[in-house]
Amino acid sequence: MNAFTEKVNKIDRRDAKLGMAHFYVAFIGLFLGGMAGLLQTLVRSGQFTLPAGIGYYQLLTLHGVVLALVMTTFFIMGFQFMAVSRTAGTLTNKQRKTAWVGFWLMTIGTVMAAVMILLSEASVLYTFYAPLQAHALFYVGLTLVIVGSWTGGGAIIMAYVGWRKKHPGQPSPLLTFMALVNTLMWIVATIGVASTVLFQLLPWSLGLVERVDVAISRTLFWYFGHPLVYFWLLPAYMAWYVIVPKIIGGKIFSDSLARLSFILFLLFSIPVGLHHQLVEPGIDPAWKFLQVILTFMVIVPSLMTAFSLFATFETFGRSQGATGLFGWLKKLPWGDARFLIPFIGMLSFIPGGAGGIINASNQMNQVVHNTIWVTGHFHLTVATAVILTFFGISYWLIPHLTGRILTKAMNKLAILQGILWAIGMTFMSGAMHAAGLLGAPRRSAFSEYGGAAQAAEWIPYQIAQAVGGSILFIAIILVIYIFINLAFFAPKGEEEFPVGEAANTAEKAPMILENWKLWLGIVVLLIAFAYTIPFIDLIENAPIGSKGYKLW
Amino acid sequence: MHIHKFEKIWLIFGVATLLVFLSVIGVSAFYLGNQPPSCLATINPEQVDTQAPFDKPGLNKVEGKEWDYELVFVASAFNYTPGEVEVPLGAKVKVLATTKDVVHGFNVAGTNINMMLEPGYISEFVTTFDKPGEFLIVCNEYCGAGHHLMSSMIKVVE
Repeated sequence: MNAFTEKVNKIDRRDAKLGMAHFYVAFIGLFLGGMAGLLQTLVRSGQFTLPAGIGYYQLLTLHGVVLALVMTTFFIMGFQFMAVSRTAGTLTNKQRKTAWVGFWLMTIGTVMAAVMILLSEASVLYTFYAPLQAHALFYVGLTLVIVGSWTGGGAIIMAYVGWRKKHPGQPSPLLTFMALVNTLMWIVATIGVASTVLFQLLPWSLGLVERVDVAISRTLFWYFGHPLVYFWLLPAYMAWYVIVPKIIGGKIFSDSLARLSFILFLLFSIPVGLHHQLVEPGIDPAWKFLQVILTFMVIVPSLMTAFSLFATFETFGRSQGATGLFGWLKKLPWGDARFLIPFIGMLSFIPGGAGGIINASNQMNQVVHNTIWVTGHFHLTVATAVILTFFGISYWLIPHLTGRILTKAMNKLAILQGILWAIGMTFMSGAMHAAGLLGAPRRSAFSEYGGAAQAAEWIPYQIAQAVGGSILFIAIILVIYIFINLAFFAPKGEEEFPVGEAANTAEKAPMILENWKLWLGIVVLLIAFAYTIPFIDLIENAPIGSKGYKLW
Repeated sequence: MHIHKFEKIWLIFGVATLLVFLSVIGVSAFYLGNQPPSCLATINPEQVDTQAPFDKPGLNKVEGKEWDYELVFVASAFNYTPGEVEVPLGAKVKVLATTKDVVHGFNVAGTNINMMLEPGYISEFVTTFDKPGEFLIVCNEYCGAGHHLMSSMIKVVE
C-alpha cells in the first residue's frame, strides 16, 4: 500500500476522537443496561428479589432507556460519522464542531434522564406513556438527546452536501449515501416524539397545563417508535451490504440495488406506527389496516437485502472454486469474528423478521400484543441482529480509530462472545416467544397471579429466560473486556476499515436515487395519507384529557 | 438499473406471496369481520362509576342484541372490577372495559381477547366463550408499582 492510499483510507485522528467519544458512552450504556437486564430475568424467575430500595420497574426503565435509546443512538451516530469520514473524506472543522455539539447535548440529556430514573422520579419505562407522569427533567433529558441527534445529523447532511458540491453529477459514496438516508429518516421520525414531549408532556409535567390527551400522545410516540427500529437496523444493513463483502474478500452484489432498498426503507418506515396500536380504542380499523399494508411494504427491501447478501456469499465461494449447491458455504471465513458475528446477526433476523410479520398482522397481533412474545421478538431483531452487527463493527472500528489491532487472541474471544450470545438468546428469546403465546405479559415483575393455573405454566419459561439472560450477561462482560483491550491495551498497528466495491463498477447508480426533493416529497405525502384522518378523528372525538399519575 | 434474473424471480415470488398474505388478512378483517378491537366511543374517565354500562360491572344479560350478555369491567390501579366472574359456556358475550386512571391492558390469557384500555375511551370485543375452564385476565400494559398484581378471572361454566 503506498503512502497516498494509506492516508486516504485512515480516518483522521480528530474524527477518530469524535467516534471514540460516542463509543465510550455506548459501551458504558451496554454494561449498565445489560446488568439491569440480567437482574430483571433473575427477578422474573421468582428465585431472586432485588436488594432494598431498587424497584423492578425502575430497573426496567433504566434497561429500556439506556439500551434502546442511548446505547443504540450513540453507537449509530458514532458509526455514521466514521462511515462518512472514511468514504466522503475527513469532516471539515465546522462539521466536526457541529458533531461535537450534538455529542455533548446527547450526553447531558442522557445524564439528566438517568439521574431522574435513579432517583425514582421517572419509572415510566422507555415508552413513557401518559398519564403516568415523570419528573420534568426526565422529559428535558430526552429532548436533549433528540436535539443532540438532530445536531449530529446536521453534520452528516453538511458532509454529504459538501461532497456532492465537489463532485457534481456523481453518485455519492455508498456508505455516505446510506448514512444520509438513515439520518433523514431519523429526523422526520423524531418530529413525532419531539412534538409529544415538547408540546404535551413537558408543559404538563411542569404544571403549566393540567391535562394531557393520552391517545394523541401515544399516536405521536408510535409515529416515531416504529421508524426507531429501522434507525437501529439500517446501520447494520450498511455493514451487511458494504463492509461484510470486503471482509470476506468478495464484492457488493449491486450498488444501485443497495441504494434502492435504502430509499424504500426511507419511504415505508414512517407511515406505519398504527400497527403498534392495533388493539387500541379510538382509531378506525380501516386506517389501522391501511398502515398494516404500508408496514408490509418493507418486506420488499428486506427480500432484496437477503438476496444480495447471500448472492455475495455464494459468488465469493464459487470464485474460490466451490462446487455443488452449498459448497460455497465452506469457503466463508468462519474463523474471522468480523464476519462471523454479523453473520449470526443476519441468521437471527430470519425468525426475527417472520415474527415481525406476525406482530403486524391485525388478527395475529391480538394473540401476542403486549405479551412477552413481543419482548422475545425485539431481542432477536435489535438485541441480536443489530447488536451483534454493532459488535462485529466494533471489533475492527475501535482498533482502527485507536491505532491498534485486533489480535488473534481477541478474535477468538470475540467468536466465543458471538456463540455465547446465540446460545443465551436462543434460551431467552425462545422462552419469551413460547410464554407469550400462552399469554404471559411483558413488562411485569414476578407474579403468581393469585395462584392461577395459567400463570403457573409460565414460570418454567421464566426460569429459562433467566438462564439465557445469565449467559448473555457473560457475553456482555466479554464484549466490554474486548472493547477495553481494543481501546487501550491492544498492540499498536493498522487495522483496516473495510469498504467493499461493487461487483460491476461500470454500472453507475442512477442519479434519481439522490433526488431528495422527490424522495422526501413522497415521504411527506405517504405520512399525510396515512395519518391525517386518524389524527383528525382523534382530535375531533377527544375525551377530556388526563391528569398526571405517579403510581410507583 | 440492472437486476439479476434470479433476483427478479425471487422478488416476484416474494411480492406475490405478500399480496396473497395481505389479501388473506384483509378478507378476514373486512369480510369475516375479524377486526381488532377499535371502539370509537368515549367516556369521562373521572365519572366511570356513574355511567352506563360501567355503573354495573359484571355479567349482564341483554335482549335484542347480537350478543346474549355484556361483560363489563372497570380497571383502575391495580385491580379489575369484578375480580372474578362466571360466564355460561357457549355464551356470546360483548366484553366492555374502560379505565379510571392510567393506561391498562386487558388480556384474557388463552383467548383472543386482548385490548388496551385508555383513559377516556371504551374498549370492546365480541366473542363466544366455547371452552370451559378458568381464564386469567392480566394487565399487560405497565401501570405502576402494582402492575404485576393486577388480575381477574373469568370462569366459563356449564
